[in-house]
Amino acid sequence: MPKDQGIGASSKRREDVRFLTGRGVYTDDLSLHGQTHAVFVRSTVAHGRIKAIDTAAAAAMPGVLAVFTGEDFKDMGGNPAGWLINSRNGEPMREPKRPVLAHGKVRHVGDAYAAVVAETFQQAKDAAQQLADDSDIEELPAIVDMAAALADSSNRVHDEIPDNQCFDWGWIEDNRAAVDAAIKAAPHVTTLELVNNRLVPNAMEPRASIGEYFPGTGDYKLTTTSQNPHLHRLLIAAFVMGMPENKLTVVAPDVGGGFGSKIYHYGEEAVVLAAAKKLARPVRWTAERSESFLSDAHGRDHVTKIELACEKDGTFIAFRTETMANVGAYLSNFSTATPTFLHGTLMAGPYKVPNVYVNVKTVFTNTAPVDAYRGAGRPEATFSLERVIDKMCRELGLDPFEVRRKNLLTKDMFPYTTPVGLAYDTGDYHATLDKAMAMADVAGFEARRAESAKKGKLRGMGLSTWIEACGIAPSNLVGVLGSRVGLYDAATVRVNATGNISVMTGAHSHGQGHETVFAQIVAEKLGVPEASVEIVHGDTSKIPFGMGSYGSRSLAVCGSAMNRAVDKIIAKGKKIAAHMLEAAEDDITFENGNFSVAGTDKAKSFGEIAFSAYVPHNYPLETLEPGLEETAFYDPANFTYPAGAYICEVEVDPDTGKVDVAAFYCADDFGNVMNPMIVEGQVHGGVGQGIGQALCENTSYDESGQLLSGSYMDYAMPRADDVPFYNVDYSCQTPCTHNPLGVKGCGEAGAIGSPPAVVNAVIDALHRGGHTHVTHIDMPVSPSRVWSAING
Amino acid sequence: MHNFEFVKPSSIADAVAALRQEDAQALSGGQTLMPTMKQRLAAPSVLVSLTGIAEMKGIRASGGVVEIGAATTHAEVAAGAGAYPALTALAGNIGDPAVRNRGTIGGSLANNDPAADYPAAALASGATIVTNAREIAADDFFQGLFTTALEEGEIITAVRFPVPERAAYAKFQQPASRFALTGAFVAKTSAGVRVAITGAGEDGVFRWTDAEAALSGNFSAAVLNGLAAPEDGLIGDLHGTPAYRANLVKVMTQRAVAAA
Ligand SMILES: Cc1cc2nc3c(=O)[nH]c(=O)nc-3n(C[C@H](O)[C@H](O)[C@H](O)COP(=O)(O)OP(=O)(O)OC[C@H]3O[C@@H](n4cnc5c(N)ncnc54)[C@H](O)[C@@H]3O)c2cc1C
Repeated sequence: MPKDQGIGASSKRREDVRFLTGRGVYTDDLSLHGQTHAVFVRSTVAHGRIKAIDTAAAAAMPGVLAVFTGEDFKDMGGNPAGWLINSRNGEPMREPKRPVLAHGKVRHVGDAYAAVVAETFQQAKDAAQQLADDSDIEELPAIVDMAAALADSSNRVHDEIPDNQCFDWGWIEDNRAAVDAAIKAAPHVTTLELVNNRLVPNAMEPRASIGEYFPGTGDYKLTTTSQNPHLHRLLIAAFVMGMPENKLTVVAPDVGGGFGSKIYHYGEEAVVLAAAKKLARPVRWTAERSESFLSDAHGRDHVTKIELACEKDGTFIAFRTETMANVGAYLSNFSTATPTFLHGTLMAGPYKVPNVYVNVKTVFTNTAPVDAYRGAGRPEATFSLERVIDKMCRELGLDPFEVRRKNLLTKDMFPYTTPVGLAYDTGDYHATLDKAMAMADVAGFEARRAESAKKGKLRGMGLSTWIEACGIAPSNLVGVLGSRVGLYDAATVRVNATGNISVMTGAHSHGQGHETVFAQIVAEKLGVPEASVEIVHGDTSKIPFGMGSYGSRSLAVCGSAMNRAVDKIIAKGKKIAAHMLEAAEDDITFENGNFSVAGTDKAKSFGEIAFSAYVPHNYPLETLEPGLEETAFYDPANFTYPAGAYICEVEVDPDTGKVDVAAFYCADDFGNVMNPMIVEGQVHGGVGQGIGQALCENTSYDESGQLLSGSYMDYAMPRADDVPFYNVDYSCQTPCTHNPLGVKGCGEAGAIGSPPAVVNAVIDALHRGGHTHVTHIDMPVSPSRVWSAING
Repeated sequence: MHNFEFVKPSSIADAVAALRQEDAQALSGGQTLMPTMKQRLAAPSVLVSLTGIAEMKGIRASGGVVEIGAATTHAEVAAGAGAYPALTALAGNIGDPAVRNRGTIGGSLANNDPAADYPAAALASGATIVTNAREIAADDFFQGLFTTALEEGEIITAVRFPVPERAAYAKFQQPASRFALTGAFVAKTSAGVRVAITGAGEDGVFRWTDAEAALSGNFSAAVLNGLAAPEDGLIGDLHGTPAYRANLVKVMTQRAVAAA
């Protein structure tokens, strides 16, 4: 019988009731007394020098309260990069200032260089148009292509950076010579050049911010679409605006999806705060969808050459990659970590491979900033590996399933240190491979292929065996690697006098279902009904501290902090119980919500203990503080390493090039599973995004830096009929060895493992259909690209 | 969006009169015009709604002709033009339910988007576009991208489709917008076969006359095997090269013939 509550139950997502009935409260839903409206003026050219902005006409328009330009913010700090990466030659990365509003130059289409605040949105919009008309911006040649950007030092995104390079990173530099030698000596080398396509995040809720200022106290409040309110507070207070953190409250109410794009601090947030102070009125802004396309941090955008050296039987000898990673016009907060420590460190995959070397050059271009997007670096690593492995199998006539089986780490090899610096704690990669193959009925493929052929369709099957590092991250380790922040988390568990519980977590739920899962865990541990546990998140004034939600860290890190706080509650409860029951503390056991004296029937319920903590009439006041509230911080000892095997089957229409995903099978190892239904939902969403990347989503800038795919008329999001019925399994479980819940994280898996499975399936279909000249098609594998490849 | 006046007349005459005001524009389902106004790419001072005019709505079939009021929604055509099954199928596949419940045939034809579906049906069927002032043959109506024979202030009141012996529409969707990347409408009548292609042409909907000639002799998909659609004048963009579209012109025409 499945459980109906607590750990392992598929408890219904409690937050969905408000989301699905329109009762969620998002930033844009708030209406404040005296509020004003900000509209931003954005560059229509990719690269230009701001010669003059005449604000007089705009400022005199009806309803206009204030006009801002980059000049007003030039003395503020820059929005910083969170990781300092050093180049191979030891030099630190080039770190140009990212101003609140563009100043001196505009560097991408959509770069905000001025703002208007007015009584109404329409008035602000009218004045913003006037301001745009009154701006004298000299257009400069745009830098769009990464290779050209590196080669041409006459044209610079940032005048002080001659070759447009942020850094040239080698991982691990000391491995380089050995890897080169191994590749040189290898019996077979497969080389593949590929593009990991740029993606626009497209959260359902666009970014939105409301700034408030309280002149009486000098306090600021920012309500914003954030995945990590404390990180926003830190960035804004300490780096950009220069104010004490205790004068700024950041609230992220209901947030409609982020996928990474709402981790970062953006200039609009500083503008609404500064404007609120100037006007002493609330200032609000909500991005229009076209602003989201142009100014949200995009994802991916790598160009990679990967080499795989192996024995003739497919035994891996070495991997070597050279990547150009686009960071766009400015360094967004995690943009330097994503192509390096979230990418290069994963380049051994789940495999026994002795030699791995990764080189990444990050490049400034006149395009929107690029940063972490669901999976962040790990999808890029997985895609490169899984694609080149498939190509090698084809070159050597080997079976892709067997080649993976031969090279996967075996379960007796853990803990295992990879040649790229990670220590995988546990796993059983053969179990997930076997499971996926059984689910997908690999043996029956030929019959299905024949059926498809009768309809004129080419059927193919693709595999990907993937691994990721999440549960981000051990602070001391990331500190050594260049992180400028710690990546622990915190929680407070407050047991109220009447026994109900408030949990303040540093995680932020923007669709994940934390309010449900976290309550399940606390309820299970304290033996109380789930309904009596309330999860509070998204408000720096209520929550002790937190680094937020991204990198599949919420359960593994924030959940572990919460778990630790609950343990402290139980420990204190035992002390109270020992006093009340007149027994030794060591003799008190806690089970099913009851504190009892071992071996007797003497017991106190959790509720009685809580009540006594707040009404301490019979209480050890000399030795114990009243109250029942505990805070814990948790810093993970290691990353967690979810892994799995994905199998995709596609049907290709050779006449039109259209690819249909016929079936998709996921066998994942997420360690212990807290809520199976939510895990399935996360995998569905992730695979949907992966299929979107593989088949649909094409972010295209033309050579003048205009975004061609700047609306849903041209940017293809996956729709319901683009994705199949998913088959998801998570029964192969090797619990994480270093966090108390034994969990690994499931939020990004689908987006990491699926793109190569899809593309491998397409190439397989084309080969089986006789189009053997096609060795690779870049994503998105759109109908026109497939048709052109077949007929090329 | 800029501010505007809104009027909703109940007769064609009142609508035409209202449209004489400066910067007045007709509003039907609003599925094209409203997004354009939201982006401030259009700023009419008066919007004259056509959806309150009873004589511009509804579907009448008689004597081998289906006449559809210009303000009839795509959903109504999909449900009610059973006398012309190829047309109902086309209408039922435009956009999504919200678009079909608001968007109208008159709005679609007046707008003449190069990737819209209805223009292919009108041109292949040899439809007649009825306006407040005259009747225009489909062959004369479509005059290039977003351009038609309509005069300033002239409104479409109805569209008359002669029902062919056999007809079908095959649409290959553009992956993002789901408009036609290329759509082929094939109509066979006693006078011969007409093939209209949408989505592919730089000047909007056009007739593929080579295919018409071949199909008039032998109405089968196979007869087109040896034929190639010319790439000249076809659109090249993010979603496909002219060569790709030329291929789709042929494949979609063959599929339409097979389905007719
Ligand atoms: C999300 C989405 C998806 C869509 N997908 C498709 C698709 O797959 N295929 C497709 O064909 N279309 C598609 N459309 C367009 C849709 O069919 C529109 O309804 C149609 O293009 C315009 O019709 P309307 O009634 O909404 O016209 P409106 O938007 O009201 O008007 C359009 C233009 O025509 C003028 N006009 C309107 N009626 C008349 C008239 N009777 N006489 C003269 N001028 C008139 C208006 O002044 C305006 O210039 C889509 C639209 C959306 C929003």
